Amino acid sequence: MTQVATTVSPAPSLRAAGLRPGWLVAGFAAVAAAAVAGLVMGPVQLTPLEVVRQLLGLGSDLDARQIAIVEQIRLPRVVLGLLVGSTLSLCGASYQGVFRNPLADPYLLGAAAGAGLGVTIVIVGAAEGATTPALAPLAAFVGALGAVALTYALGTSGGGRASTASLILAGVAVASFLTAMQTYVQQRNQDTIRQVYSWILGRLSTAGWHEVRLLLPYAVVTWVVLLAHRRVLDVLAVGDDEAATLGVHARRSRLIVIIAASLGTAAAVSVSGLIAFVGIIVPHTVRLLAGQSHRVVLPLSILFGGAFLCLADLLARTLSSPAEIPIGVVTAFFGAPFFVLVLRSSRRMGATT
Amino acid sequence: MKRPLAAALVAAATLLAACGDDDVTTSATTTTAAPDAPDRIVSMSPTSTEMLFAIGAGDQVVAVDDYSNYPEEAPITDLSAYEPNVEAITTYEPDLVVLSDGGGELAASLEQIGIEVLALPAATTLDDAYEQIAQLGDVTGHGEEADEVIADMRADLAELVAEVPERATPLTYFHELDNTLYSVTSETFIGEVYALAGLENVADPADADGQSGGYPQLSAEFLVEADPDLVFLADTKCCQQTSETFGARPGFEVLQAVTEGNVVLLDDDIASRWGPRVVDLLRAIVDAVKAVPVS
Repeated sequence: MTQVATTVSPAPSLRAAGLRPGWLVAGFAAVAAAAVAGLVMGPVQLTPLEVVRQLLGLGSDLDARQIAIVEQIRLPRVVLGLLVGSTLSLCGASYQGVFRNPLADPYLLGAAAGAGLGVTIVIVGAAEGATTPALAPLAAFVGALGAVALTYALGTSGGGRASTASLILAGVAVASFLTAMQTYVQQRNQDTIRQVYSWILGRLSTAGWHEVRLLLPYAVVTWVVLLAHRRVLDVLAVGDDEAATLGVHARRSRLIVIIAASLGTAAAVSVSGLIAFVGIIVPHTVRLLAGQSHRVVLPLSILFGGAFLCLADLLARTLSSPAEIPIGVVTAFFGAPFFVLVLRSSRRMGATT
Repeated sequence: MKRPLAAALVAAATLLAACGDDDVTTSATTTTAAPDAPDRIVSMSPTSTEMLFAIGAGDQVVAVDDYSNYPEEAPITDLSAYEPNVEAITTYEPDLVVLSDGGGELAASLEQIGIEVLALPAATTLDDAYEQIAQLGDVTGHGEEADEVIADMRADLAELVAEVPERATPLTYFHELDNTLYSVTSETFIGEVYALAGLENVADPADADGQSGGYPQLSAEFLVEADPDLVFLADTKCCQQTSETFGARPGFEVLQAVTEGNVVLLDDDIASRWGPRVVDLLRAIVDAVKAVPVS
């Protein structure tokens, strides 16, 4: 695994090109396109122009039911898709930077499993029905942070600094341990088992403004902290000793990034369920296309991650309309082949230059 | 690695069963069943448990799974039908185990240690349900009572159907299995019961090709557009849904079933089993249908 790390993700040069305006424009365009598509398309056929007029407050021919579809069902779902996708991609990119491992993502370090355990315990305890319990993001955060701390402690228990390989191995162990506990809690509480299942499969399908309000504050904190560390992550990529000579407190910066990424992952997971792949595919695609520096990868991961999940959700609700497909199935089904395509074409480009 | 373990388990279970053989015969005095009928039945299916008690074979049942919460006198245990354990089942020294699925590995392991198995998978039609009751009657020596139960069910259902008022356009309905909008189509057992009350299912287009096996997950906006006359919540226990929680979901406050108070609460158990209590299910449906004024 360390070998993969050194071959796929060479440390970016400190003078790597910054974020080019073209990519930023492309990112915003992708978000806008995905959002508009998500609003005007769906299992129910509505005239796109009328939908846009309604949303802009210009008045439209839509009846009360169609207005409810646009404003109460599609709009919050699009917003939540953007928020969850961008947060998961940003956190994935940050984990990869801080652990200097291209395979690092919330799933590998046990954060998602810990968050899952936290949410399961809250659902089992509260069982309050349709909406996501208000305690869920907090419980997910505690679970995620606990898991990452455990992973870190185990990875360094051999003494000295944690090597990437031992961290990843520790993460795998912690993740399976916590997943086992989650399954146990879930199976021991048959009365809430269906709620836990439906949460695991992803709840974007029934989400409304309640979930958006629940996620938003955590997402904002995560974004601010992680974006503020984009230069520090570039410095850390060169090595801890070099970072120290440049005046960066490597250990403390790492800890802050890990905590912030765990918070973001936990909050996203607590409202949307376990959606795999976004945290790996989007950052790597951005890296391959736009550049290695975290000043490029972090902002673009936010934009393209949001657009990606928003489109994946659109497919989830239209492909077999009027039935739904779990969104995790869509992200994996379309995300994996797309990623292979990007990887191949970028290798070919690399070979010729 | 799996096979030696399974073999060891089977061997141990066989030993256990053999040890128990001596004292099994003592209970022969209690039942009215035929002498060769099973008198140590373990039911791993809530529906079969209800059927067994309805046809008077309850005395022959020694243990039922942890979901078999009806009738009250059923000897409920912590046997899990969800993750069945052969060894746990054999501790009740059964001479017949009733399963709710096709049987599969569990049936194979039970048969391997000489325990008779009857697999009664989920009924897809009312006739399937009658057939299963008759089958249980035959096996337990309560054939006549089973025939009576079936006749009563047919008569009760017919009586309820006769109460349904005539309408120019049929009412539409949505049957909710959980709070993520999983539903049933007309191709399911439950769907057939609704059809008896003259209702049209809004979920049918969601599984037109049958790929979801009659249990599609609907899009919220599709349900709002379909705007059914009646909504039946079969997730009042599993997911604590009420007409309030349903009406409070994004966009649902415009549904006519919500604004006109036609959200009907069902008992999850009655609405998911295909036993004699299907009569209670149809009664709840017909009552709701009668409450909607004929225009």
